[in-house]
Amino acid sequence: MTELERKKDRTPVPKEWAYAPAPESRDVVTLDDRYGHYVGGKWLEPSETYTTISPATEEPLAEVGQATPEEVEAAVAAARDAFENGWSGISAAERAKYLFRIARILQERAREFAVLESLNGGKPIKESRDVDLPLAAAHFFYYAGWADKLEYAFPNRRPRPVGVAGQIIPWNFPLLMLSWKIAPALAAGNTVVLKPAETTPLSALLFADVLRQAELPPGVVNIVTGDGRTGAALVKSEGVDKIAFTGSTDVGKAIQRELAGTGKKLTLELGGKAANIIFDDAALDQAVEGIVNGIYFNQGHVCCAGSRLLVQESIYEPVVEKLKRRLTTLRVGDPLDKNTDVGAINSKQQLEKIRELVESGEQEGAEIYQPPCRLPEKGYWFVPTVFTNVAQSYRIAQEEIFGPVLSVLTFRTPEEAVEKANNTPYGLSAGVWTEKGSRILWMAERLRAGVVWANTFNRFDPSSPFGGYKESGFGREGGRHGLEPYLAFDKSEPDSA
Amino acid sequence: MAQAPVLPRGFELPLEPRLPRVGSVDAVALEERAASLTKRSIKKDAKVFALELAVRMMDLTTLEGQDTPGKVAALASKAIRPDPSDAGIPSVAAICVYPNLVPSAVARVEGTSVKVASVATAFPSGQSPIETKLEEVRWVVERGADEVDMVIDRGAFLSGRYAKVYDEIVQVKEASGDAHLKVILEVAELGTYDNVRRASLLAMAAGADFIKTSTGKLPGAATLPVTLCMLEAIRDVYEETGRMVGMKPAGGIRQAKQAVQYLVQLHETLGVEWLTPDLYRLGASSLLNDVLMQLRKEKTGAYQSPDYFTVD
Repeated sequence: MTELERKKDRTPVPKEWAYAPAPESRDVVTLDDRYGHYVGGKWLEPSETYTTISPATEEPLAEVGQATPEEVEAAVAAARDAFENGWSGISAAERAKYLFRIARILQERAREFAVLESLNGGKPIKESRDVDLPLAAAHFFYYAGWADKLEYAFPNRRPRPVGVAGQIIPWNFPLLMLSWKIAPALAAGNTVVLKPAETTPLSALLFADVLRQAELPPGVVNIVTGDGRTGAALVKSEGVDKIAFTGSTDVGKAIQRELAGTGKKLTLELGGKAANIIFDDAALDQAVEGIVNGIYFNQGHVCCAGSRLLVQESIYEPVVEKLKRRLTTLRVGDPLDKNTDVGAINSKQQLEKIRELVESGEQEGAEIYQPPCRLPEKGYWFVPTVFTNVAQSYRIAQEEIFGPVLSVLTFRTPEEAVEKANNTPYGLSAGVWTEKGSRILWMAERLRAGVVWANTFNRFDPSSPFGGYKESGFGREGGRHGLEPYLAFDKSEPDSA
Repeated sequence: MAQAPVLPRGFELPLEPRLPRVGSVDAVALEERAASLTKRSIKKDAKVFALELAVRMMDLTTLEGQDTPGKVAALASKAIRPDPSDAGIPSVAAICVYPNLVPSAVARVEGTSVKVASVATAFPSGQSPIETKLEEVRWVVERGADEVDMVIDRGAFLSGRYAKVYDEIVQVKEASGDAHLKVILEVAELGTYDNVRRASLLAMAAGADFIKTSTGKLPGAATLPVTLCMLEAIRDVYEETGRMVGMKPAGGIRQAKQAVQYLVQLHETLGVEWLTPDLYRLGASSLLNDVLMQLRKEKTGAYQSPDYFTVD
């Protein structure tokens, strides 16, 4: 019995403190009933359409175009025309001006974009507001600064633009991935045909309005919507000089096969199965926050998500206990509620994939933990999940789940941690948690991952290059490195492609 | 709790059976977590709940050289009935005064739920001989203080004499008898979150009923990150031993909005079981009126002039 329990007049403890709903207003976004393709600065009436929905409610939001190969060609032709008759000829400082304008407009319209991003994609408003939008604007600001300094980025190599870039982006960070793609492409002097993901086209379509406001010359950025067929048409298009793709490893491999021998430049940012490695001297409570941020951020729809937790065996029990306790405080629900921590799964298809893999984990013998959680009846939802007793051979330890599902494994020594962390076809990111600086450096040298975070996770900055090893892709986005895929260099100089 | 064993040397707490590890704190991530919790949007009923709880958890404090029985009497009246025009507003938890004012305070709150807390042990510096400190503690407890707010010997702590700090707390705890012991770490003088965590565990191991951030006499008193750091130490002790230790952030909490943020942090770190004045106090001198003003606004829909709230 504690000291306090012996006191006679204890005050009663409340049963719960339920936070009242705190929804962000939807009124800041005005959607059209129907969207076409944004080609040559005009809206092109689509020949086919489909309905895009809110994954949190399954409510239809708008009709959007399913671009045919002809429509894609029209967009590519508009981009080619803009490249040859204007954009490549204007001064670099002038290009920077447009990028700065776009960045500022994104900041001004941040709330509108944040709401739309949560509405169409299912991510919590606190993330679209505090992560997606600030970072998207930051990318445009950052690359605006490079536009007239390319010679300094690549001394003695005389960089010039590649031409027309075809860019295919995923549904997990629609506007942010758009900015990762468009900002360096324009800064380097290219023109763009962008295809947003099938399930999340709306922020890209609203972005067309930002381009109008910024008075970007017509055809410099063109946006075509549609599913994989549209993306395939863009990859095949002969007018495209460079393809940048972010998405699944399977599609990435198909693109690479398609482009073999064509001379088109290619960068791929694909899947991941990142190890988040916790040593016994780590600051445990902060490491637990990092684990949660690593895997439940954006419902785990993050290619660099820390989906494999490697815990040093001596602290396995306290870490798992702390983690389970923390999971009970995650608030799953309405993406537009400002107090929501975990939103909706992006699509029915993705939900089915997550369910299938989670079932396999249970069948293979892993122990599942899910906190008590009331999920909304409509929409696509998945409770944040932790698997313990996971063997390295289980599918949930090998395959990318791309959902709020964490697999916990243990290790005994730093060597074993490195071996397990690298034992994957992927190599996008990794996390190391230790208070020992020398061990951070030792680990970072040995981890085969494009990004190694130390005592943090899922931290992004436009100045920091991002990209993968092995089946996580090639090429880097962000930083000075992120310019290179959008530049060609004079023949006398070694070409990087 | 059984008598805590005296540490043989150094800092080896019997907190974890396998490893006597204290652990460490990552400052960047701690501050980030504390900041992210301030973004909770607490509205309507949830806000009224928090504001009323904040009143019930408040240690209304006056610690000035110019304190008089008259000042303490006014404070006690405010503590018992914070808003004379609204009988629905609960009393605060306690009034916190200097030792000399304990008799006046005790006389004023007699028969009510309001407790009397007294600072002691050469508050605020703690730089006095242990005999003097113990004498002071016995003196206030004999005169009816329900709670003793002691300060740790930061000089000893910062020079690595942890056992001295620990022994002092054990002795003060003994001298406090049935009175609640709150141990003030004076975090602004400890310099790092690692030290705050270490001092928190030390105080709890030595028998603290509460751990408290600050004396309120220094700039840089309670902050959300430092309070989170202490809550996490409390959580570890609870997980390890089942013992529930209380928390008291003090100093610098002036606005109702801050109070709500502290309560959200408490709620999401230690859970609903800690949402009681038995386990959480807000040490403040000017917070109460802002909370009352916000409560009135929630009830009437309009802000009222500060003139409608008594200045005590």
